[in-house]
Amino acid sequence: MKKELSPELKAVEKYGSDRTCLIPILHEVQKEYRYLPEKALRNIASMLDISLVDVYGVATYFRSFSLEPKGKHTVTCCMGTACHVRNSPGVLEEAKRTLGIDAGETTEDMLFSLETVNCLGACALGPIMVVDGEYHGEVTPAKVKKIIGKVKHQEGRD
Amino acid sequence: MAKIKSPAMLEEYRNEILRKRERYTRVISLCGGPGCHAQHCNEIYEAVKKAVEKNGSSESVMVRKTGCHGFCEMGPIAVIQPEGIFYCKISLEDVPEIVERTLEKGEAIERLLYSDPESEKAIIKESKVPFYAKQKRLLMSMNEHIDPGNIEDYLAQGGYRALVKALFEMEPLEIIDEVDKAGLRGRGGAGFPAASKWRACRKAIARDGIKYVLCNADEGDPGAYMDRSLLEGNPHLVLEGMLIGAYGIGATEGYIYVRHEYPLTVENLLIALDQAREVGLLGKNILGSGFDFDIKVSIGGGAFVCGESTALMASIEGRIGEPRVKHIHTAERGLFNRPTNLNNVETWANVPLIINQGAVKYRKIGTKTSTGTKIFSLVGSINNTGLVEVPMGMTLREIIFDIGGGVPKGRKFKAVQTGGPSGGCIPESLLDTPVDFDALYDVGSMMGSGGMIVMDETTCMVDIARYFVDFLCDESCGKCVPCREGLKQMLFILEDITQGRGSLDQLELLKELAEVMRDTSLCGLGQTAANPVLSTLHYFEEEYIEHIKKKKCRAGVCKPLISFSINAKKCTGCMACRKACPVGAIKGKKKEAHVIQPEKCEKCGICFEACKYGAVVRK
Repeated sequence: MKKELSPELKAVEKYGSDRTCLIPILHEVQKEYRYLPEKALRNIASMLDISLVDVYGVATYFRSFSLEPKGKHTVTCCMGTACHVRNSPGVLEEAKRTLGIDAGETTEDMLFSLETVNCLGACALGPIMVVDGEYHGEVTPAKVKKIIGKVKHQEGRD
Repeated sequence: MAKIKSPAMLEEYRNEILRKRERYTRVISLCGGPGCHAQHCNEIYEAVKKAVEKNGSSESVMVRKTGCHGFCEMGPIAVIQPEGIFYCKISLEDVPEIVERTLEKGEAIERLLYSDPESEKAIIKESKVPFYAKQKRLLMSMNEHIDPGNIEDYLAQGGYRALVKALFEMEPLEIIDEVDKAGLRGRGGAGFPAASKWRACRKAIARDGIKYVLCNADEGDPGAYMDRSLLEGNPHLVLEGMLIGAYGIGATEGYIYVRHEYPLTVENLLIALDQAREVGLLGKNILGSGFDFDIKVSIGGGAFVCGESTALMASIEGRIGEPRVKHIHTAERGLFNRPTNLNNVETWANVPLIINQGAVKYRKIGTKTSTGTKIFSLVGSINNTGLVEVPMGMTLREIIFDIGGGVPKGRKFKAVQTGGPSGGCIPESLLDTPVDFDALYDVGSMMGSGGMIVMDETTCMVDIARYFVDFLCDESCGKCVPCREGLKQMLFILEDITQGRGSLDQLELLKELAEVMRDTSLCGLGQTAANPVLSTLHYFEEEYIEHIKKKKCRAGVCKPLISFSINAKKCTGCMACRKACPVGAIKGKKKEAHVIQPEKCEKCGICFEACKYGAVVRK
């Protein structure tokens, strides 16, 4: 039986083993695991022939990487200035309350992660909330419960 | 396709494309920019394509999905040529009629046209819509004619002619002189003359012969998306600019650094690079000129500071994206310690224009010290949200009121924020300030990359200062003390004020901190971080004092300073607020006046939104 290649190896094959490829490799690997497990960081360090601390440094410096496992669904609130002046803080507040977690955290049942982003560049629709890649525009705190509730319902958790 | 080996072959190829297109009687361009994308324009595009095929008119009608057209407020939008018909807020249901009436017969469908808010008349042509009519769209206007995934569209618009001129009719130094004469200043924020940077990099000695040109597409300012729309919608324009710059400087390799939050930009860019390579516009011996150049794409990891040149270069190298002290300029030792020139997306996009029409003509647009046009993302509390390209020197008032249509919901304009987290808030009394690098600096703000966020009376100016400081606190890389610690202390003070614990002497402390940070921070992030605080303190001091002395937030934003109650006279007892309250703080029976229990209320404002009778009072 052919052994499945690890996401790390696949990513290195795709981008190359040069240090300049580290960030794209981390992105690719994170896409697979939905976070960066220690084992993967060790593998990447040895494949790129750089020290683990260099990989760890980059993985913890940039906000798009996570060393903690993420939930099945991601709720992202845009906190850009245009959204801010249209009450995105109220939207985030309500999302926190509905999910019972803080921004950057994941629910205990591993179903939801709540994230914030600095700007999605779709300011005409602000405030924006993205659920699993789907954009919801002109969100009000009152709408948050409905949007998240729909996903909860699909998961049979309401 | 075979590689193009000479300018003559390129012209031949271009003519062939144009000939091929003569059969089209109509072209529909559907905007696929970020705003329209979020409004499901993809489905509409697929539906139009299918309907045209089904109709058997794919031979005469061209269906094209393009980058951003700019008028995001009205999305999804489409333009139909040759009539120039402009449709807005289209939906899937409109598709059959658009195909049947407009694409087949050239008729305009009234309900899809833009209606002028003043005269209430429907406007057929895009060029007559006030939002567009008052702009000068030298760069953005090309977007709607271009499918970013098809190099032929760019060539059909005369693309890469400037490159031919640069490679075959000009000496490298002449190119730099031309850009110098044009007065092109960096569009990324600081407005440094592009030609000065180019000259320094050209002069620098490369030990192994390698020099780099980089494109900064790490558009991190919240509320700004001009660079995204240019690069995503018209990638070849930026590539052409970089090619010309590289030839002038003597660089052979390029990088485009894109933030990872823009996956579609990366996708379009990679396609464009492949297509340019395939036809021989990138690679070895470009168009037979002997000039070699290629470009790689580097993706960011979500750090605002990576917009700073040295941090960006560290990030491309696969290291932590921290800035360094610039005793030695990056023009001499930048990426991989080699001479490097970095410009922003919009700066590069201006280069083909300058080469094509010449510096003299280019200079005719704009002001004496700020030439050309500038693209702004006009967002926030504004009727016509979108991307606007205007000649430098236009006043803020013209942009916000004539093009942007003013503030919605009958609210009153309060301030406009330009320059992102390094910029400042400009009050109404200064709305006649022209957009010009120096004029904006003089009023305590800056041009920045082009974010223009309009604020009305519901925005608290102290809270906005706190918002930017909080943002920067999060994004400070922590390498130097003044920025890392200074921002933290500023945030503590601003939180004190917005939460009603502030004192007047803290305002002096803020100013003092700001001065130290400006003078001693390592990079631009820390040096300019205090601008939002200083500008709000300067123009809106009374709001700070009100928060401190009267414990009042006039905008109703700072939660500890506001309270919600129900006006019993207006309350009908409809229960809407009670049902909506997420914390069960509202008591009351059906058809009886309700009451908010202050000890339970978390001041989220949901009841305020839910009440249809205006009975919930925010004080």
